Amino acid sequence: MADVAATRSGSVTTTTAWRGLVVFVLALAAFILFWKFGEDIAPWAFEYPKKQIIPAARWISDFTKWLLNDATFGLFTFTDLTRFIAAVIDFPYKVALSLLASGLMSGPGSSAVQLLPPISWIAVTAIVTLMGLYAGGRRLALIVALCFLFIAVFGQWTSAMVTLASILVAVPLGVVGGLLLGIAAYRWRWLERALLPILDLMQTIPVFAYLVPILFLFGFGATAAVVATLIYAMPPMTRVTMLALRQVPSEVRDLGNMIGCTRRQMTWRVLVPTAKESLMVGVNQVIMLSLNMVIIASMIGAGGLGYDVLAALRRLDFGAGLEAGLAIVALAIALDRLSQAFANRNAATDETQARGFMARHPYLLAALGFVVLTGVAGLFVPAIQAYPEALQVSTGTFWSRVVEWINVNFFDTLEAIKNTLLIQLLVPFKRFLLSLPWAGVVALLAFAGFLLRGPKLALLVAALAALIAATGQWEKAMITVYLCGISVMFAGLIGIPVGILSAERDRLWRWVKLAIDTLQTLPSFVYLMPAVMLFRVGDFTAMIAVVAYAVAPAIRYTVLGINRVDPRLVEAGKAMGCTEWQLLTRIKLKLALPEIMLGVNQTIMFALSMLVITALVGTRDLGQEVYIALTKADPGRGLVAGLAVAFIAIIADRLISAGAARARARLGIAEEPS
Amino acid sequence: MKATQRKTKTVLAGLAVSAFALTAAAFPASAQESSDPIKLTLHDWTGQLITTQLMGEVLQKAGYNVEYVQADYLAQFAGLETGDLHVAMEMWETTGREAMDAATATGKVENFGPTGMKAKEEWWYPIYMKEKCPGLPNWEALKTEECAEAFSTAETAPKGRYLGGPVTWGGFDDERVEALDLPFEVIHAGTDAALFAELESAYQREAPVLLWVYAPHWAPAKYEGEWVEFPEYTADCYNDPAWGSNPDMAYDCGKPFGEIWKVGWAGVKDKWPGAYEAIKAFTIDNDEMGAMITDVDLDGESIDDVVDSWMADNEDRWKGWIGQ
Repeated sequence: MADVAATRSGSVTTTTAWRGLVVFVLALAAFILFWKFGEDIAPWAFEYPKKQIIPAARWISDFTKWLLNDATFGLFTFTDLTRFIAAVIDFPYKVALSLLASGLMSGPGSSAVQLLPPISWIAVTAIVTLMGLYAGGRRLALIVALCFLFIAVFGQWTSAMVTLASILVAVPLGVVGGLLLGIAAYRWRWLERALLPILDLMQTIPVFAYLVPILFLFGFGATAAVVATLIYAMPPMTRVTMLALRQVPSEVRDLGNMIGCTRRQMTWRVLVPTAKESLMVGVNQVIMLSLNMVIIASMIGAGGLGYDVLAALRRLDFGAGLEAGLAIVALAIALDRLSQAFANRNAATDETQARGFMARHPYLLAALGFVVLTGVAGLFVPAIQAYPEALQVSTGTFWSRVVEWINVNFFDTLEAIKNTLLIQLLVPFKRFLLSLPWAGVVALLAFAGFLLRGPKLALLVAALAALIAATGQWEKAMITVYLCGISVMFAGLIGIPVGILSAERDRLWRWVKLAIDTLQTLPSFVYLMPAVMLFRVGDFTAMIAVVAYAVAPAIRYTVLGINRVDPRLVEAGKAMGCTEWQLLTRIKLKLALPEIMLGVNQTIMFALSMLVITALVGTRDLGQEVYIALTKADPGRGLVAGLAVAFIAIIADRLISAGAARARARLGIAEEPS
Repeated sequence: MKATQRKTKTVLAGLAVSAFALTAAAFPASAQESSDPIKLTLHDWTGQLITTQLMGEVLQKAGYNVEYVQADYLAQFAGLETGDLHVAMEMWETTGREAMDAATATGKVENFGPTGMKAKEEWWYPIYMKEKCPGLPNWEALKTEECAEAFSTAETAPKGRYLGGPVTWGGFDDERVEALDLPFEVIHAGTDAALFAELESAYQREAPVLLWVYAPHWAPAKYEGEWVEFPEYTADCYNDPAWGSNPDMAYDCGKPFGEIWKVGWAGVKDKWPGAYEAIKAFTIDNDEMGAMITDVDLDGESIDDVVDSWMADNEDRWKGWIGQ
C-alpha cells in the first residue's frame, strides 16, 4: 500500500520535475543570451555602478566605534558589561590553568611564587584513562592513554595543557549556552525564527572578521579567545538541542502531561533526559569546533599548541609544527572518543545505586588518589611531576628532509601537473565566473530558488546575492566562488568514491575515519607551508588546503547515506539479478542521494570556512579582504566581507537543502528527522 | 622545547596570577610605582622574542614585574589601546607603520622611540642566480630579456616572477615594477612563512627565485645571496614623480631603510615612570641582533641562553638604561 502511494507521488513529482527542468533550461538560455549580448544594453548589470555602492563598511565601523566608546546603559557602559563578562569567564580559566599548567601562583607577574605545582602529567594521564575505563572500557582507556602519552613523549605537555585549559572552559560554556538557547527556541517559536539566521551567520562569518571588536570589548588574552571560540562553536549545540527536543516521541510527552509535570519538570525531567543521546552529538561538535579554533585563539594571546605551530612554521621547522599539530589531533581524538563514550554509556546503562561512598565512586577516588600521590611524590622525584626532558622524542629535521627530498626530486613533475590544471581548468573557470553579469546571476539564482521551493526562497536568495553586489564585493565574491567551487568539486570527486568504498568495509572505514578526523583537527598551517614549497604561493596551493579540509564531510555523509539504505531494497535488487554495479548506481547511490547532497552542502561550508586560512598563501578573494581588514584593525571592512562570505554560504545551503528535500520527495522517502 | 621553557613558565605565571594575587610582592624601583606586571607582547619570530626578553630581563633587574603575552603583530594594537597590553618591542616602520599611525592617532598608544635596529627590505636573490643574470646586483640587469627569462615560471613567462610580501605589508612593488619598467610580474605571498617556504624550496633545488627578504632575519644568514641595488631611496622618490629615471612616476627607486620602533600603551609613562625611561633608553644594533638570531635559529641555542649571555656581556649598558 505504502509502495503504491510512493510510486504515485513519485510519478507526479517526476512530471513536475520535468516541467521544471524545461523552464530552467529556457531561463538558462535567456541568461546566456543576456551574458553574450547584454553588455552594451545594460552595462550596469555587468559591473555594479560605483556610485550606488552602499557604504556599509563605514556604517559598521561607526557603529562599533559608538558601541566601544559611547554605548551606555545609564549606570554602566557597554564596554563595562563586556569586561565584566570577561572577568567572569576569566576566573574558571585561571583555575583550570593553575591546575593543569602553571600551578597555584601567588604574587603578580614575574615575581610570583609557585605555591602548589600543577597536577602531574602522570595524574592527568591517569584521570583521563580512568574516565575512558569508566565510560567505554579497556579499549577506550588504552586509546586515551596513548593520546596523552604521545603528547608527553613529544614534549608538548605544557602547551597542550594550556590549550586543554581553554577548551575545558569553552566547552562547558558552549554546551550550557547552546542548550539554554536551544530550549528557549524550542519553547518560543518566534525566538527560533529570530535565532536561525543568527546561527547561520555565527557559523559562516570568518572569525577574523569579528576578532577586532572582540579584542576591544573583552580585552586581549585568553578570555577574548574563549569568547571567539564560543561564537564559532556554540551554534551546532543550539541546533542539535532544537532538533533533539522536537524528536522526543509524543508518547513520552503525553506521559509527562498525564502525570502532571510542570513546565520546568517537563523540560528538565522529561525532554532533556530523553533527548540526551542526540544532545551528546552537539557536545561532540562543540569540542571539535573549539579545537579548530586553537590556532586563531593563539593569535590573540591564548598561547598553547596553536602558538607553537605558528612559531615553528615561521622557522620553516616542519617537524616541530607537525608535532605540535598532532598533539592537537591527539587531544581532539581523546576528547571526542571520551564524549562519545559518555553519550553511549548514558544511553545504555542504568546506574544501580550501590552502598557506601567508596563503592559508589571508585573511579573518582582512584583519580583523587593519583593526584595526591603523584603530587607528593613529584616534590621529591621531578620526573613524576613533569615528563623528563631526557626521555622526550622529536622527529627533529626528519620531516623537513622528507619535504626537501620530494622537492628536489619531484618538483618538476608536480609543477607540470599543477600548470596543466591551472591553465586548463582553474584559470578558464575563474575568467568565466568573472565575466558573468551580476544582475543575470542574481536573477538566475532567484529563479532556481523559485523552482526548488517557491517565491520566498527566490526572494531571499536574490536579496542576499544583490547585497553582495551592492556593497561592492562582487568580484571578490566571484573569486571566492571559483576557489570554493573548484575545491568542492575535487573534494567530491575524491570523497564520494572513498565514501562508497569504505561504506561496506568496516576495517577500511576505521582507517579512513582516523584519517579524516586527523585532517579535520590538524591545523591546516602544518601542511600549508610544505604545500607552498612544492606548489608555490597561489590558488593551487590554496585549493589543496581547502580540499584536504573539506573532503571529510563528503566522505562521512556518503558513508552515512549508503549505510542508511534499506537493506530490504538491496536484497530485492539482488533477487532481481542486479550486478554489483547496478546495485550501486541504481539502488544505493540513488537512495543515498539526499545524504550525499547534504554532504556536498557541508563540504561547501567547510570550504568557505577555510578561506581565511588560504588568504595566508596569497589568494585574492573575500578571505584576503577579511584578513587585510584584520591587519588594518578595520571592523567595518572585515564584517562586510565576512557577511558576503556568510551570504554565499547561506545561498548555497538553502538551494541545496531545497534540492535535497525535492530529491527525497521524488524518491518517496519521508523527510529525515535528523 | 627547551628554548621556550622559561618563557612559557613566565607566561603561565602571568596568566595564573590575577585570580590568586594573595600577596602583593612589592619591590619596585620607587615607592609610587605600580607593582602590577608590565605586559610585553611576544610575536612569532625569533628576533622579536629576543628583543622582548632582553627588555623583560632588564626591567626585572630594575625590580619591575613583567609578564609576557603571546599576541599577533597587528592584532595587538587593540590591546595596546585599551591598556590590556603595555609594550610591543618591535614595530617595523616598513610593515607596521599604518597600524601604528592609526593607533597613535587615538592618543592611547605612544611611540617609545627607535630600537636602534634598522629594517632592511629589498628584492633579494640567491647567489647562484648571478650566473644566469650576470649584471646583478645592479637593478638594470633585471631589465634585460635573459634575466627576466631566467626568473620566469610557466605562469609568468616571458616575464620574470618576483615574489612580494603579503599585501598588508605594502611596499609599492607593483608601482616600482611599473615605474622602472621591469619585465616582471609581482606575486604576493600571503604570509611571511609562505615567503620563506618558497625561498627554501628554490634554494634546495638551486632554482630561480627573486623575492622580498628583510633583515634582521635568519634567512640572509642561512642562504647565500644578495640584495638588488636599486637607486637609493629618498622621500622625494616616493612623493615626487619628477625624481629619478621615470619622470612621470614615483617609486622609481629602492625601498626605505626603516626604523624598528618600540610602541606601547600611553599610560605606561604615569604608571611605571622608571620603566618608561628604561624602555625609551633601550637600544641594540642590527649586527648584535643578527648574531643572536643566528645563534638561535641556525645553531639551535635556546633563547634564554642567548639572552643570558647578552645580559652578562653588556652589564654596563643595561645598567645605564635603568639608571644604576
